Amino acid sequence: MNDPILNVKNLTVDIPVSGGTLHAVRGIDFELNRGETLCIVGESGSGKSLTSLAVMGLLGKRLQVRADKMEFEGRDLGSMPQRQMQALRGDRMAMIFQEPMTSLNPAYTIGDQLCEALRLHRKVSKAEAMARAADLLGKVGITAAESRLRQFPHQLSGGLRQRVMIAMSLMCEPDLIIADEPTTALDVTIQAQILRLLADLKREMNMALILVTHDLGVVARIADKVAVMYAGEIVESGSAKEIFDAPSHPYTRGLLNCIPVPGKTKPGEPLGSIPGIVPSLIGDVSGCAFRSRCNQAIEACASTVPERSAGGEHKYRCIHTQLTSEVA
Amino acid sequence: MSGMKNREPVLELTNITKTYQVKQGMFSKPKPLQALGGVSLRIHKKDVLGLVGESGCGKSTLAKILLGLERPTSGEVLVDGKEIGPSDRQLLARRIQPIFQDPYSSLNPRKSIEEIVSLPLVVHNIGDSASRSQAVTKMLDLVGLPERVRRGYPGQLSGGQRQRVAIARALVINPEIVICDEPTSALDVSIQSQILNLLADLREELGLTYLFISHNLAVVEHLATRVAVMYLGRIVEESSAADLFAGPKHPYTRALLDSVLTPDPSLSVPDIHLGATFPNPISPPSGCHFHPRCPIATDLCASKAPPHIQAGASHVDCHFYKKSADGLSLQPV
Repeated sequence: MNDPILNVKNLTVDIPVSGGTLHAVRGIDFELNRGETLCIVGESGSGKSLTSLAVMGLLGKRLQVRADKMEFEGRDLGSMPQRQMQALRGDRMAMIFQEPMTSLNPAYTIGDQLCEALRLHRKVSKAEAMARAADLLGKVGITAAESRLRQFPHQLSGGLRQRVMIAMSLMCEPDLIIADEPTTALDVTIQAQILRLLADLKREMNMALILVTHDLGVVARIADKVAVMYAGEIVESGSAKEIFDAPSHPYTRGLLNCIPVPGKTKPGEPLGSIPGIVPSLIGDVSGCAFRSRCNQAIEACASTVPERSAGGEHKYRCIHTQLTSEVA
Repeated sequence: MSGMKNREPVLELTNITKTYQVKQGMFSKPKPLQALGGVSLRIHKKDVLGLVGESGCGKSTLAKILLGLERPTSGEVLVDGKEIGPSDRQLLARRIQPIFQDPYSSLNPRKSIEEIVSLPLVVHNIGDSASRSQAVTKMLDLVGLPERVRRGYPGQLSGGQRQRVAIARALVINPEIVICDEPTSALDVSIQSQILNLLADLREELGLTYLFISHNLAVVEHLATRVAVMYLGRIVEESSAADLFAGPKHPYTRALLDSVLTPDPSLSVPDIHLGATFPNPISPPSGCHFHPRCPIATDLCASKAPPHIQAGASHVDCHFYKKSADGLSLQPV
């Protein structure tokens, strides 16, 4: 019971590019138990999507994925042959992609696409599969599910398509769902409903959920665990409460200062910002990748940066043990 | 706030409607789709009017009409009290400029930054090449871009830098009104705050007026002085930003505010009972367009269009409100 469902140690993803090797994900660790939600937060280029794709085994052969350990339910994903991986994917672990507009096939009906994974993994008749599809559409809050099954993606709104994507990921009752920015393309009202739906289903089915997002509001509301990624590294991790109540890495603090919070930031006052841009990850990267944008940076940041504990599961990667209170 | 009534609006829309003819099948007759159903708005100098609403509610159609890219089916656009007809498109463009959502697609990748920023001057035949070059220098400095990018191309810039270029291009002909259509939603959080700060500074510095279209209510609360909430082609509530965020009136506004996710880990995802289906604008619901999703709707809402209740500088279109005794505020019925 206490064995984590997903256990990743020292995961790296290298991309060969013309100028050398791009170290997109640089040695990250995380583990996830049943019934838990892990949010991976970061900006574009931080490697958060690559991390989720690496776990799903969806990265092309050109990309070099290495890990000391990448275990799903005790089975090593890294050494698993393609066939076994295919048997796992869509069955025990499923993915929800960001764009509901482009990730459904426009040429097939909703029903056909929902049934595909189930019929691939289980011996069920088309009628049984359709019945389950209709059942799940109802579960994700789509009314008149039977008639929806015969519709094509273009006949549905964005919110409905994302619900279809969620229903599709649930067809085989997976143990792990990875959702990559599932609500970014949606309206705020729909976003709240989709997130609530995901949280409810996760609890009901006792699944593990990885949510990749850049929206700190979403993270605060839904996460049990949070991993903040910057330039391919997890710079801070811990429970949602620890991260939001006591952000310890200068980058996390900077991010939290950047967003206007109703009732907290005064309208009209300038927002915090993080100067500079994400450094290039091509070639050898050493020291703290954030140091070029950090107002606490000292010379020692260029050397190896230790991981520090801030109590409990809360860890951060910074040269400073105690940051001066006014940061970024 | 009290001085607002004395000021003349720089931009006034009266009862704008826009109807598109939409064909749904290859052989079916086109049906009317009312994208805007009588929108009246007044924007005063230096105001930031936040326009919020779900996708498909007509925000972008309104922006297109203001930019002269679409003609309203009926209604008037007044700039400084003068009506802008279809022949005055150039005049409109001199005074109203846009900043679009996606800086990756709104800049021509084959033009240098200098060409992009100076293009409005060329189009409007302003100055000679020396003065245009000077104007570009001034603009790049104003939006915080280094001088060296002027010979560069959009492909060499980051998202935030591109959006700065888009802002420079919008401001180079000294417009009074800038239409910002989701200017930060394609950007990363840390870049978003820089652009928002820049927009706020520029407004102070140049006395600009913004129409700020966004679905991010936290951003709207931060930047806007007034807020208009749109639902299915109509403005259902309009008020000063402070009033609207402190006491939203229309049930739709309340639902929108409830769905804002503040970064507070002690709260869970809010449960809003709105339903996922946005109504079909080709056959909008009877009575109040919002009634099928409204948690407090009654039979009246389904049969009769809501009244337009104006009190002081606020208005709401809802059966459940009336003017207070002094006529300056709105009270629940």
